[in-house]
Amino acid sequence: MPLYHTDDQAMLAETAQQFMGEEGAIAKQLRKWRDQGCKDGFGHDLWKQMAEMGFTGLLVPETDGGLGMGHVEAGIVLEEIGRNLTPSPFLTSSVMAATALASASDEARGRWLPGLVSGESVFAVAIDEGAKHRPERIATRAERSGNGFKLSGKKDFVVHGASADMIVVAARTSGADNDEGGVTLFAVPKDAAGLGHNSVRLVDSSMASHLTLDGVELDGDAVIGEVDGGREVLGRVLDAGRVGAAAEGVGVARGAMDRTVEYLKQRKQFGRLIGEFQALQHRAAHLYSEVEIARAVVIKAQQLLDAGAENASLMASVAKAKVGKAAGLAVKEGVQMHGGIGMTDEYDIGLYMKRDRALAEFMGDVYYHADRVARLSGY
Amino acid sequence: MADLDAFRAETRAWLEANCPPEMRQPVRDDDDVYWGGRNATFKNDAQRAWFEACRDKGYTVPAWPKEYGGAGLTPPEAKVLREEMARIGARPPLSSFGIWMLGPALLHFGTEQQKLHFLNQIARGEIRWCQGYSEPGSGSDLVSLQTFGEDKGDHWIVNGQKIWTSYADKADWIFCLVRTDKANKYQGITFMLFDMESTGVATKPILLISGNSPFCETFFDDVKVPKSYGDGIPAYVGEINRGWDVAKYLLGHEREMISGADSSERGAGIGATLTRQAGGELDPVLRAELAMFDVDALAFSAMGEKFLDEVKVGKAHPAYSNMMKYAGTELNKRRHELVMSAGGSTALEWDSEETRGGAAPRAWLRTKANSIEGGTSEVMLNVVAKRILELPGA
Repeated sequence: MPLYHTDDQAMLAETAQQFMGEEGAIAKQLRKWRDQGCKDGFGHDLWKQMAEMGFTGLLVPETDGGLGMGHVEAGIVLEEIGRNLTPSPFLTSSVMAATALASASDEARGRWLPGLVSGESVFAVAIDEGAKHRPERIATRAERSGNGFKLSGKKDFVVHGASADMIVVAARTSGADNDEGGVTLFAVPKDAAGLGHNSVRLVDSSMASHLTLDGVELDGDAVIGEVDGGREVLGRVLDAGRVGAAAEGVGVARGAMDRTVEYLKQRKQFGRLIGEFQALQHRAAHLYSEVEIARAVVIKAQQLLDAGAENASLMASVAKAKVGKAAGLAVKEGVQMHGGIGMTDEYDIGLYMKRDRALAEFMGDVYYHADRVARLSGY
Repeated sequence: MADLDAFRAETRAWLEANCPPEMRQPVRDDDDVYWGGRNATFKNDAQRAWFEACRDKGYTVPAWPKEYGGAGLTPPEAKVLREEMARIGARPPLSSFGIWMLGPALLHFGTEQQKLHFLNQIARGEIRWCQGYSEPGSGSDLVSLQTFGEDKGDHWIVNGQKIWTSYADKADWIFCLVRTDKANKYQGITFMLFDMESTGVATKPILLISGNSPFCETFFDDVKVPKSYGDGIPAYVGEINRGWDVAKYLLGHEREMISGADSSERGAGIGATLTRQAGGELDPVLRAELAMFDVDALAFSAMGEKFLDEVKVGKAHPAYSNMMKYAGTELNKRRHELVMSAGGSTALEWDSEETRGGAAPRAWLRTKANSIEGGTSEVMLNVVAKRILELPGA
């Protein structure tokens, strides 16, 4: 498969670009909700509009009411979300939770997917148990109780946790904290007794929860996939999240870079356009090169994931790490090249830096994924 | 697809029958490379047999039309042949600047008679070519070149000096950029072809930091270059004074080659190999550097794949090759820095048998030229800034 968009995908990209550029624009969404101190950190009206566009159910099979498309298509939407810094539960709901639910029972799919497709529901995913992403270690316990399970533990960095109607929780049904096996995924409804949120606003103005699970009782239907065999589903959810976050990161990088290059063409200093200075030209060209390479490996990873290829998971980590480096460079160069104005709240470039910081941490940073590339490569 | 499968089976059988086992070993030194030419000698019978079999089949230049000495393979067939040769580790039967550089220029700009005359010679390895672009005062700024050809009616008298002419001392003919109009910077250069045995041509090898001297200084002292080698066979490619168009076209090719966009082997990670070679004991900080390198290398290999896919359908920006050249060469230099670090004191040995005569340090030193030859990294960045990002000129 060639590494560029098909005609259909290019059409979707155009649609997404126009929609997100108009409805999802920074002033209309991010700044509005931030300035209001919105407790969700995103607008539910936009989420419903995204449903009308067919975006919410992109990865949901047609038999479940979705569009049955792949990670390339989801990535197209995510890139535009990134470019416009649009606050939205798309990544946690339509990409990660939808990937988990693909392995759920008919009952569970029937219970949750219609709400996702219609834009009524929002989902979150609870994996991390600490300040750094380390999904190899799962300490949250799920003990058998009656014909169901009782969950105890705590989860961190649960993005949109307090707004979510359902949270996909990775818990341990057997074994020790660092064991490969013994992990199970659960669909936990928001009104479950014993579920506690300590919701906090992050640097990019998004909302994330510290989740406490204090003997949360669930019946057997809440299990997604096999009991004790959740690693495989979790692996798919993680890969979807990695590649999805990488696609959004490419959007953030390109948004920041485009603004910066435009600024270089307008701003005068010492009687000349600053874009004429070779020192800045070389840095801008180097940045462009890094962002293009990051884009290429993201499309590669999306295609491999859609094809179910053997090296998809390796390339998902390569993509997340490479985008982490490239987008980090884009926002840092962006603020520096804007000079003093880049430090003001009024100017958007700083918002890109904050979003990149949050996205870089989400689902593992560049160090985690470079290390994972080494481990998967056998060193 | 069925046709392609049949072609693959046929190719596999042909290679089995014609590629000697000795020609399926990695190239170890200069002797293992056959460059052809008037004074060519074969290292052994296997090298000769492999070259002659490929020459007769048109496999020295598989994708060229049959009338020019090629095998007339379609792009998918040529890819199958490359894959099958890579599968058994077959060496290239003939290495040649004629194939890589002059051939594509003639195919694109040459007259029919000129193509029949020169391309067949190149395909059959009869003439060894060298490339005369750079001058002491014009490296990356090629259009400032000074070598001058004075028009004498049916011939030119060429005077000047070239530098970095690879293997000029071993070449039979040169394809050479010569200024033929001093008034016009860009449209005053002619892409000439002439014999290195012409009176007034002299070469002097340049010893490099790698201990090798693949490059020469080349001097022209009143060299007489005819304007034609026969009916329909001009001694220049394209038009007189329009050689810059040809050179620009070829530089695009060269950048692609140097960037390694077409080589998956160069794109792959090296962390696992180097760790194994070091007996699994590398400093954790070096391991981290290797991991970061592998991320960049694997991502770049996706970029190379995307670039070639886009070139095929005309989606690639013309200045994309400059970006690939920049990123690919910087990556290759980093790769060899890591090879040296992981190799430790072994990688310092310059002449031992075990290190194949210091292959690692020589290769490391060689890579330092990657971001200089074919246009420096700085020039590549200038082009990306101006042509892709459209930043204002100074």
